[in-house]
Amino acid sequence: MELSEREVAEAAIKAGATNVDDIMQKMAEHKGCETTSDGGKKASCGTAAGENDLPPEIWDKVKNHPCYSEEAHHHYARMHVSVAPACNIQCNYCNRKYDCANESRPGVVSERLTPEQAAKKVLAVASTIPQMTVLGIAGPGDPLANPEKTFKTFELISRTAPDIKLCLSTNGLTLPDHVDTIARYNVDHVTITVNMVDPEVGAKIYPWIFYKHKRYTGIEAARILTERQMQGLEMLTERGILSKINSVMIPGINDQHLKEVNKAVKSRGAFLHNIMPLISSAEHGTVFGLTGQRGPTAQELKKLQDSCEGEMNMMRHCRQCRADAVGLLGEDRSAEFTTEKIMEMDVNYDLATRQAYQARVEEERLAVSGAKASELQVLAGVESDIKILVAVATKGSGRINEHFGHATEFQIYELSTAKGAHFIGHRRVDLYCQGGYGEEDALETVIRAIKDCHAVFVAKIGGCPKKDLSAAGIEAVDEFAHEFIEKSAITYFKRYLEGVAAGTITHVDRGDLVAEIRPGEKAVDVVAAAAVPAE
Amino acid sequence: MALRIAASCVNCSACEPECPNEAIYPTESAFAIDPAKCTECIGFHDDPQCALVCPVEETCVIDESYPRYQPAA
Repeated sequence: MELSEREVAEAAIKAGATNVDDIMQKMAEHKGCETTSDGGKKASCGTAAGENDLPPEIWDKVKNHPCYSEEAHHHYARMHVSVAPACNIQCNYCNRKYDCANESRPGVVSERLTPEQAAKKVLAVASTIPQMTVLGIAGPGDPLANPEKTFKTFELISRTAPDIKLCLSTNGLTLPDHVDTIARYNVDHVTITVNMVDPEVGAKIYPWIFYKHKRYTGIEAARILTERQMQGLEMLTERGILSKINSVMIPGINDQHLKEVNKAVKSRGAFLHNIMPLISSAEHGTVFGLTGQRGPTAQELKKLQDSCEGEMNMMRHCRQCRADAVGLLGEDRSAEFTTEKIMEMDVNYDLATRQAYQARVEEERLAVSGAKASELQVLAGVESDIKILVAVATKGSGRINEHFGHATEFQIYELSTAKGAHFIGHRRVDLYCQGGYGEEDALETVIRAIKDCHAVFVAKIGGCPKKDLSAAGIEAVDEFAHEFIEKSAITYFKRYLEGVAAGTITHVDRGDLVAEIRPGEKAVDVVAAAAVPAE
Repeated sequence: MALRIAASCVNCSACEPECPNEAIYPTESAFAIDPAKCTECIGFHDDPQCALVCPVEETCVIDESYPRYQPAA
């Protein structure tokens, strides 16, 4: 009897396969393709390297953490509680005066919470959004510059909602002093922002630090900071706490240097490296915004991420969210959970309902993996140097399920015969704090954000935008509406390659077209202008 | 004999735990310093801690309306 993919996957789970890799392995065996001999940890059939190579105990820690697993971020949500307003260092990309409900970037919040309010908020969100699995403290200052508030919050939450994973994000200056407390509260994940390992570079990013009752400036400040960060990272690694390194890519200041940072953090056991683009705009009032320091283009960012990819896992799905964000990474539902609304909510924390919901999420997730594995078979044996990018409008769950006109961001996949469909990032097209854009301007913004893509996959699209996209060389594809992203992308790519081989499609490399990560922002307009040679 | 917190305070709370005299307290929209308790950190640190940790320059400043703090001889 021929078993379906679903039946094979279910049989694998019953037989004790606990992670996606084991299941993928079973499915690969079922399909009769070669398997690797590294203890069965690695699935074959061209499954992209990276996440699927993780040892089971690590996978278990990251599999439901949307920030640590690209795959998980399609299915699971996180929230930040803004209990930590104080900071102990000054960064040129941050402005502590900034508070805006319509702005989405780190360090920005609408209101600050006490640990007690935060605990209530977590319960309210967990009851409303059952796929919310992770609680992070990320500011708006530095969590470890507010240790009492941070650890009090963790204590309250671990008591009332023990199934929620705890994590925090720090600049690392006081990390070595708190590692043992972090371990005691079972904080599984710590993110350190490391922008340099060379104090000369650091002096251009950090005007000062406050350390042991003194303010240090210049190279001395950066030297202390980097020493403390590396010491903290080593201490986390010794205790088996997973660490992610965030680095802000600042063109002309640390862009090339981040390769050194990558080596330094990898050698100290960091799990994941997240190179993020500088967000810089004069109206943010940051030093970099005011001095006209530009952020990178999508191409510059990808090139740097690609060059570090061989060294360690790279995070490419970061949305650089607010310190009070709530929801899936691409969405922000924080407005539904203001303190005023939470205090009125009748919260009933029902663990069983949450677990039942998450079991359904796992089924969906398994279906996505299965579909991807089977579709990769389609590409087996085909070899081509052609790589193309496609943009996807999605609301989550790994499906093409968003209307073109409603998308606030597009997920970008790189298609190649070597890796199949590989997630490489996202482009924001919502026009935060801009206002007044007409429909035509909105379309123009989307085209600027995805002009390096060959196609955009949508659930639905109107005739006019379809025509305009086509004129810009981007094919709007709605035939895969509500289907799985990666499966659809591979189907599309196979057809594309066949067309090229048959001569019905002329392949054009669009990779050099400058696309913008956040085209709504003024500073990026300067980049776009600068990138076009004057005639 | 004290520092004061100017209107440019962003209410971040960084100063509060640093004060060796526990002179800093929160108000509705900003933090404030009790001048009767503030010693400008004399006797504790080389420089006033609130001013060193404050993220906004010229926010924790000497209060000219008070005579400078004189430590007991």
